[in-house]
Amino acid sequence: MDNVLSLVIFLPSLAALILMVVLRGEDAAAQRNAKVLALVATLATFLISMPVLINFDPLDTSFQFVEEYDWIAGLKYKVGVDGISILFVMLTTFLMPIVIGACWSVTHRVKEYMIMFLVLETLMLGVFCALDLILFYVIFEAGLIPMFLIVGIWGGKDRVYAAFKFFLYTLLGSVLMLVAMIYMWFDAGTTDIAALMQHQFASKDMVILGVSVVGGIQTLLFLAFFASFAVKMPMWPVHTWLPDAHVQAPTAGSVVLAAILLKMGGYGFLRFSLPMFPVGAEVMANFLLWLSAIAIVYTSLVALVQEDMKKLIAYSSVAHMGFVTMGIFALNQQGLDGAIYQMLSHGFISAALFLAVGVIYDRMHTREIDAYGGLVIRMPVYAAVFMLFTMANVGLPGTSGFVGEFLTLTAVFQANTWVAFVATTGVIFSAGYALWLYRRVIFGDLIKGSLKGILDMDTREKMLMAPLIVMTILLGVYPALILDLIGPSTSALLENVNTAQGLVSDTAPQAPAAH
Amino acid sequence: MNSGDINIILPEIFLAVFAMAALMFAVYGGKDRLAGLMFWATAGVLFLLGAWIGLAPAGSDVAFNGAFVNDEFGRFAKVVMLWASAVMLLLSRQYLEKHNLLKFEFPILIALAVLGMMLMVSAGDLMALYMGLELQSLSLYVVASFRRDSVRSTEAGLKYFVLGALSSGILLYGASLVYGFAGTTNFAGIASTIHEGDLGFGLLFGLVFLSVGMAFKISAAPFHMWTPDVYEGSPTPVTGFFATAPKMAAAALFARVVHDAFGGAVADWQQIVAFLAVVSMFLGSIAAIGQSNIKRLMAFSSIAHMGFALVGLASGTEDGVAALLIYMAIYVTMNIGVFAFILNMEREGRPITDIKSLGMYSKVEPARAAAISALMFSLAGIPPLAGFFGKLYVLQAAVDAGLAWLAIAGVIASVIGAFYYLRIIRHIYFGDEVDALDGVMPVMHKMALYGAALIMVVGVVNLFGVQPIAADAAASLLK
Repeated sequence: MDNVLSLVIFLPSLAALILMVVLRGEDAAAQRNAKVLALVATLATFLISMPVLINFDPLDTSFQFVEEYDWIAGLKYKVGVDGISILFVMLTTFLMPIVIGACWSVTHRVKEYMIMFLVLETLMLGVFCALDLILFYVIFEAGLIPMFLIVGIWGGKDRVYAAFKFFLYTLLGSVLMLVAMIYMWFDAGTTDIAALMQHQFASKDMVILGVSVVGGIQTLLFLAFFASFAVKMPMWPVHTWLPDAHVQAPTAGSVVLAAILLKMGGYGFLRFSLPMFPVGAEVMANFLLWLSAIAIVYTSLVALVQEDMKKLIAYSSVAHMGFVTMGIFALNQQGLDGAIYQMLSHGFISAALFLAVGVIYDRMHTREIDAYGGLVIRMPVYAAVFMLFTMANVGLPGTSGFVGEFLTLTAVFQANTWVAFVATTGVIFSAGYALWLYRRVIFGDLIKGSLKGILDMDTREKMLMAPLIVMTILLGVYPALILDLIGPSTSALLENVNTAQGLVSDTAPQAPAAH
Repeated sequence: MNSGDINIILPEIFLAVFAMAALMFAVYGGKDRLAGLMFWATAGVLFLLGAWIGLAPAGSDVAFNGAFVNDEFGRFAKVVMLWASAVMLLLSRQYLEKHNLLKFEFPILIALAVLGMMLMVSAGDLMALYMGLELQSLSLYVVASFRRDSVRSTEAGLKYFVLGALSSGILLYGASLVYGFAGTTNFAGIASTIHEGDLGFGLLFGLVFLSVGMAFKISAAPFHMWTPDVYEGSPTPVTGFFATAPKMAAAALFARVVHDAFGGAVADWQQIVAFLAVVSMFLGSIAAIGQSNIKRLMAFSSIAHMGFALVGLASGTEDGVAALLIYMAIYVTMNIGVFAFILNMEREGRPITDIKSLGMYSKVEPARAAAISALMFSLAGIPPLAGFFGKLYVLQAAVDAGLAWLAIAGVIASVIGAFYYLRIIRHIYFGDEVDALDGVMPVMHKMALYGAALIMVVGVVNLFGVQPIAADAAASLLK
């Protein structure tokens, strides 16, 4: 049991290796075998990850299930989980079988497709478990390769443009983080994340090229990490790659992107930006709150006028991620809890929404909203499922979406009331675009001839949706399930941040006010 | 001179004797009928010499009054050069045979070029440096124009020769200035005339001219102009050779000169090297975007990569030299794989160099497509491939030396550069379908391609332990 985390991380890759070496041919049987093997592997990963959750001690705020081995000179292979990361690990292992299930209708290069997703699962789990700075970066960046190929090979019409935009955008964001990481390695003399959290980076104001930087090195490091995580998140105004990537990606690719990959940005803020650069975070907090508020309102309005369903959901994702950053930079307990809650809940809801779009796309091969209408007549089950997730997306009480939004809004109300005011209007807009989408697609008369023969969800599709429905409602009515797990870790994190900020303002009283 | 000196330089003497003996044997023996044998014999000798040098006991020896230095640093570079040359020789054989170029002079010229490189990286004196450099260059001029009936190839050779001669002249002028102001050509002697980092006007001038000459040899911008034309015009195996061993030799030579002779004035040459590095990285990355010929593209890629390697050198520290060595070793390995692939890009027997011809190659040859894509991602420096770790160590050295701006410039250039490597992958995996390339890949080439790709992927485990070896080598240079 000592190596359970490594086992969880590398099991999918092992399956990918088996697929690569053993499986030959492109006929229907080979395709089926590839899918079954991938499904079995992801299910097994989920099962093996269960003991991690069960044996996890929420009250212990240090890292658990830690494994540590020497790697290349000066670096370590070190993995472990704490209250902040464990649920992202579980989210990933929980969603991956559903993602594989969503690939069932693919017939083009199935083997490679499965390999890509299995490798991607290893990388995503690695990101959430890595406890070495450079190890984190390696895994974080490596995820670009399978995603580039998934969008590029299996994507829609403009897939080449979308793949390049996705890759170069996120790469440019990350390389600045790499330089910052190397500086941290040099400054602290270690790449161990746990040790770096205890390390105080210099925060004396400094002047660079005539510009005075409040918070000095910490602010610069914070900005470098911000460049990477903000793109990944994505935050307004660097979100423009996401709608393109989403629209062009195949259904399963969209699900992974929205439900898991976007969470890496938020996780990064919680793992690095807050605990390691508390002063930098304090300096930037107000600015980021406003960015988040703008993101929520602006992308909600943009979502309102979209004609492509996937694009609409993509913009709604950006808006929901705005709540996450808002919660994180409110810098209080509700905010951090709410941010994590919102990310998990968005993981389930966005996955379900993209699957729902996939269901009708598979039948009609279009995502144009105008091509649909009156689906409730032919597809009652689908209409009900879609209704549930539309409501969850809006943040209806009783669904998981509500808890996250409510917590983050409460948090930001304490930190900056005006931001809370602006962001709350975003909630209304989100109700607008989501309900309007629902009305146009599901309600109305079924007048389009092509829709007359459309079939309702089949068993496979229902089975994919079922776990997501359960989770959305369960988390909606019983938030303590999550909050008890993450609470101790987030409060410890917050305590560290406050102590560090307090230390600095004690020793250097002239240093930083919030502006 | 005494027998101790001979012992120290024994591998070089052995290679020189082999080259001359092989020449005599082939000329009076069967001439080109022996060419195939010559390839194998030379490759074997190069490989064994590499093993011999690699297994040599640790420690530094100096021979011929300091003109020849045999230390870990030199041995590291030599092993890389010897093995890379051996592999490239074996890869060229089939290509040259197919295109009626299988001549016995080729392996002998390569052996002589390698001999020149070995002398370069072990040089402890400006005279020795120049002799090694010229031996290498003259051999390379000839192989560049090896396809005598091709205008492109002869043009490449001529261009290389004229510009190479110019740079040699500049380098010699710098050397004479240094001699004039330092009173000696010996590196240790030059170093002893530098007091507290103060070079003085004359030595500074000499250093600048020396650097220009060496920048030309490693094709660092703005002295890179010959590279694309020579890469494009030369027969592909020769291009592949240019991209591997000589690059390592020139980079090692550069490090040797600035640290051994001018180690006391780091601040002076740091500016020059940092300038060369920034210009090369950006020029190589931006200019390659417009290229559709894969050989020209690799030329610009090599300019960008040499810029990156120079970032390590610019940091002026032991870590920087170690990073340079790691970077070059990984770079050479990647290029061997890439050129093993390019050598087989052909349709109905005619070599193809247009990257569009790779459209949907992954359908035709999935394994080869995967391997070349891994190499391209590695060249772009995307983790977890080994190419990333080369960049990581270089950037680390730069940041530790307080050159964070150089590191930031480097990573931005690498993002620009990523675009054209991705473009190749794009053609392979989701480009427009074209008539498939039909080159039948010989086993040797497959081994090189798959081997290099596998090394890039598996390298993430521990980089095959190259890091501590390079650190030792760097320590021996800076002691």
